[in-house]
Amino acid sequence: MILLANSLTSPGIGLVFWSILIFGLFFFLLTKFAWKPILSAVKARDEMIKGSLASAEKAREDMLKLLSDNEAILKKAREEREVILKEARDVRDKLIGEAKGKATEEAEKIVERAKAGIEHEKAKALSEIHEQVASLSIDIASKILGEKLSKSNEQTKLIDKYLKDIDLNKN
Amino acid sequence: MKNRILTRLFYIFLLAAFSIPLSAQEEPVPKKDSTAFDASTFILDHIADSHEWHLLTKKNGEGVAIYLPVILYSREKGLDIFSSKKLADGKIFKGYKVQEEGDLKGKIFMTNEAGEIDEKNKPLDFSVTKTVVGMLAAALIGLWLFISLSRSYKKTGISYPRGIQSFLEPVIMFIRDDIAIPNMGEHHYEKYMPYLLSVFFFILINNVMGLIPFPPPFGANVTGNIALTFVLAACTFFVTQFSGNKTYWKHIFFPPGVPIWLLIIMIPVEIIGLFSKPFALMIRLFANITAGHIIVLSLICLIFIFNSLSIAPVSIFFVIFMDCLELLVAFLQAYIFTLLSSLFIGMAMPEEHH
Repeated sequence: MILLANSLTSPGIGLVFWSILIFGLFFFLLTKFAWKPILSAVKARDEMIKGSLASAEKAREDMLKLLSDNEAILKKAREEREVILKEARDVRDKLIGEAKGKATEEAEKIVERAKAGIEHEKAKALSEIHEQVASLSIDIASKILGEKLSKSNEQTKLIDKYLKDIDLNKN
Repeated sequence: MKNRILTRLFYIFLLAAFSIPLSAQEEPVPKKDSTAFDASTFILDHIADSHEWHLLTKKNGEGVAIYLPVILYSREKGLDIFSSKKLADGKIFKGYKVQEEGDLKGKIFMTNEAGEIDEKNKPLDFSVTKTVVGMLAAALIGLWLFISLSRSYKKTGISYPRGIQSFLEPVIMFIRDDIAIPNMGEHHYEKYMPYLLSVFFFILINNVMGLIPFPPPFGANVTGNIALTFVLAACTFFVTQFSGNKTYWKHIFFPPGVPIWLLIIMIPVEIIGLFSKPFALMIRLFANITAGHIIVLSLICLIFIFNSLSIAPVSIFFVIFMDCLELLVAFLQAYIFTLLSSLFIGMAMPEEHH
């Protein structure tokens, strides 16, 4: 109670009133016109700095990614080129192979055809020879036999029969 | 630490100063001769509130002062407003008189028919005193400073701080990042920032203004006045109680895990704790700032006590040293008040962890 009795240590009602009034006004005016704008400005700046740092970091990462992407794309392109070249080589080889095969076949066919032609010509020639020989034989025989043997159909058939018996190929 | 010891020491000094008039009541000391210098009266007059702003005393003993308005209210007489010049030098005006002796020195009382002070009849005193003028000046300086600061933010927009911003922004950031956020947490701190900033700068401006001796409105002992520290501490008290959550109140009235018989002791202790925290805030600020003023004034008084000019250089050297220390205390006390306020508010919002 010693303290309360002293003018220095007992809060006077008037000063309490003025303190509340002045500090209250100080608080409300500054809150409205100073602290809120200042704090929001500082916060906005903080956020902007944070945002810029984050975006810079992201840009750096993106660039690194781009670089590695480029690398990958180049590698892939190189690989693809290899593949394409290989394919081209294969196709070429295949084409050549095919062409070779076809040519051989064609040649074989030609040879075959030629052989068949030859065979045919040979058979034709042989049958001509047969006829020639038959007529020659008939001529000779007629000459030998004279007029006795006329060129009747029966005689021709007989001669053919004989001629068939003689295999020319065997000789 | 050294500073705190010193301020404590001089708080003891202050209490000792109070005890002088008390002992005077018990055994009247022999009348001093008028030329003797009474240091304790001189110092107490300077740190106490007053209705006039004393500037200097002429050789013939006349005082030169700024007379401040007196505003009184009493049920019988109603409202009375007049200049304190009418009450100067113990004059009686409209039945009012200033007490000039004892513990209640400087307070206005009503007089009885004989023209003597009636101790029981005291009007409510809403006068604009020295402390009010100092406080008002500090508030206006603060308002001007921070409203112009906020204007400059509108101008610079989102750019880097410049000009006045580069001085004040670090302090605001310090309060936000090192006082508010660690004590109240990321989620709650924003609501209390305006209060903490207002308290910090109000105390700081008043502290620093109190250190500057001249001219008025500088040099008033505003934060060393218990009425102001009482109001500030009461603000912290109410803010704390109104932001108290369920866990906080539960810990006061039903502390978990405490046996019932112990609650009889615990609950009163907790309730005392509610009030002792802001009480400590009030006393700490008042005592530190008052102590600072007392030290500086005591060192000045040395010249007059020794009644010799040769002591002046020593005295001035120590005054300069103490003023540097007091400048530190001015910042420190504003910081401590803000820190403890945010700590108390933060403690009223504990996270639910049971």
